[in-house]
Amino acid sequence: MRLEPKSAPSLAATLAYPAGAILATMAIAAILVLAAGASPLSVFALVAKGAAGSQFALLETLTRATPLIFTGLAVAVAFRAKLWNIGAEAQLYAGAIVTVVLGTGALPLPAIVLIPLIMLAAMTAGALLLLGPAFLKTRLGVDEVVTTLLLNFIMLLVVSMLLEGVLKDPMGLGWPQSERVIAEAKLPRIVSGKRLHYGFVIAVIAALWVWVIMKKTALGYEMRAVGHNPAAARFAGIPVNTVLMKTALLSGGLAALAGFSEVSGLKGNLTLDLSPGFGYTGIVVAMLAMLNPLGVIAAAIFVAGIFVGADAMSRTADVPSYIANVMTATALLTMVTAIMLTRYRIRWR
Amino acid sequence: MAEALEILFTASFWVAAIRIASPLIFATMGELICERAGVLNLGIEGIMVAGAFTGWFTVYSGGDLWTGIAVAAATGAAFGLLHGTLTVPLGLSQHVVGIGITLLATSLTYFTYRLALPEVTSPPKIDSFQPLEIPLLSDIPLVGPALFAQTPFTYLAFVTVAVVGWVLYRTPLGLAVRAVGENPAAVEAQGIGVTATRIGAVMAGSALMAVGGAFLTMSAFNSFFFEMVNGRGWICIALVVFGSWRPGKALLGAVLFAAFDAYQVRLQQVTGGVIPYQLFLMLPYVLSVLALILVARRATYPKALMIPYQKGER
Repeated sequence: MRLEPKSAPSLAATLAYPAGAILATMAIAAILVLAAGASPLSVFALVAKGAAGSQFALLETLTRATPLIFTGLAVAVAFRAKLWNIGAEAQLYAGAIVTVVLGTGALPLPAIVLIPLIMLAAMTAGALLLLGPAFLKTRLGVDEVVTTLLLNFIMLLVVSMLLEGVLKDPMGLGWPQSERVIAEAKLPRIVSGKRLHYGFVIAVIAALWVWVIMKKTALGYEMRAVGHNPAAARFAGIPVNTVLMKTALLSGGLAALAGFSEVSGLKGNLTLDLSPGFGYTGIVVAMLAMLNPLGVIAAAIFVAGIFVGADAMSRTADVPSYIANVMTATALLTMVTAIMLTRYRIRWR
Repeated sequence: MAEALEILFTASFWVAAIRIASPLIFATMGELICERAGVLNLGIEGIMVAGAFTGWFTVYSGGDLWTGIAVAAATGAAFGLLHGTLTVPLGLSQHVVGIGITLLATSLTYFTYRLALPEVTSPPKIDSFQPLEIPLLSDIPLVGPALFAQTPFTYLAFVTVAVVGWVLYRTPLGLAVRAVGENPAAVEAQGIGVTATRIGAVMAGSALMAVGGAFLTMSAFNSFFFEMVNGRGWICIALVVFGSWRPGKALLGAVLFAAFDAYQVRLQQVTGGVIPYQLFLMLPYVLSVLALILVARRATYPKALMIPYQKGER
């Protein structure tokens, strides 16, 4: 068999294959639900209800989508330039650490100054954390996949060390958790009494900002050129290494904002379970969005809905909530296949 | 200080080092086979999780230990088939597919675990492999207990290295595997199918990764729990680079790495809590990064690594 590029994929094909990917994902989930001895239709209905069936459910989904937009953007930006940043998890924690260091009373400033300051510092920390692997990649040829992955494990141990050491909450009854951030460092809630906070708004603004960078600036053009063909980009006079470093700064900074927004907007303090794999799920989000920054918003809400819905479903039906993880992983694989099929035709000869 | 040195001369240290090395040896050989054939397999971490579970679950459900290893290998091969199909003939990004396989294998395992054992609070144990002392040889000081008083599963790890080395360098099959990773067009010209060779290599490699995972539940911890693979797969990818894609060197790397890991655990006890324990736990990961930096300049990647092959395309 061989692959033939299609000249111009029709609109029908552009939509049909991704739709097929979602259907295939649902079919695989249905098999697992049947294996658990439940009815797929009623389980899917429960997931949908838990994700979007009420005002509470919808707000919960948007709350869960917030960190995923940030990590999804971080991955989308990096993957566009073929910088394989699998370390959004570590950069998220770098942002969270900075948030509690600066936000627990060290800086007695009004919220209007303090919050932007913390955001900037958090982004810097995340950016610097990814700069290391990017430097090793461009200067020494060390594969960034392994270094960013290993940094995730190192960072979690750093957090654990800090939470049992200098950042430990003296009132925490021995739990490894930091002190809570002061009121001036808190992102306000969008709807009072509900968990959705202004981190979501910042995430949407970040997506628009990244979209502008990618589509309207020279840097965005250079990033795409480097990702498409580094040799050609270099031949065309694009400073490939510099572009990769800038990409790393942007990507790491975006991922760090996820940590900032989770601490400052939702949890209030830093714990070891701040992120249930938001960094890794960001990869799924970015691929579902086909690396489009605005698509990341929709993909993050979709993925968050699956997780929130599955949590709600597993409380009533006897199906483990891990089905959400299976569905997102399956969606990732089926979607990359679908994208390929919209662009190529398979010839069986 | 003397105490820190004395560790090196205790038999228990070397026994632990070889035990810690065993799962890494299997998985590193698995990744090495995939990469020699030109396919980076980032599914390794998840495939190890899946193998750890299916091997353990087979024994837990009444199967014998060797059946457990076979089931783990089959699980790995199945994920390898999926990885190979998506990355070789379809030519999808090996990075994205690999991460996807890791996420899929991990989540499917956790889902199945919860489904099969909904009510357990502490993970049930199985009767795992027991040490098998080889007469005479196991009486040699230090080396004896370390190499000749291990479980049969560990002996299998060393046999695997020998077999992988022999197949890769002494058989036509091995030549084909190495050649598709260097110059697939030349292989095609010889009438050997590049696609089939690569998919086969990824399946065989993935099977070994899963067996490495199974070692954790069947010869080291006796039960399955979440997060137990804990980055070992990613470390194996570093070990392949460190070992210059050669089985012997990779084995040496795995043993060195494991000795270091066993050493940091013992050093923690000697230093008696003055230094935060997290710093010790960090060492294996830091060491992997350092190893990569060390060999980066002279690393000679298989030339066709991560390059999809299309028949008749230049």
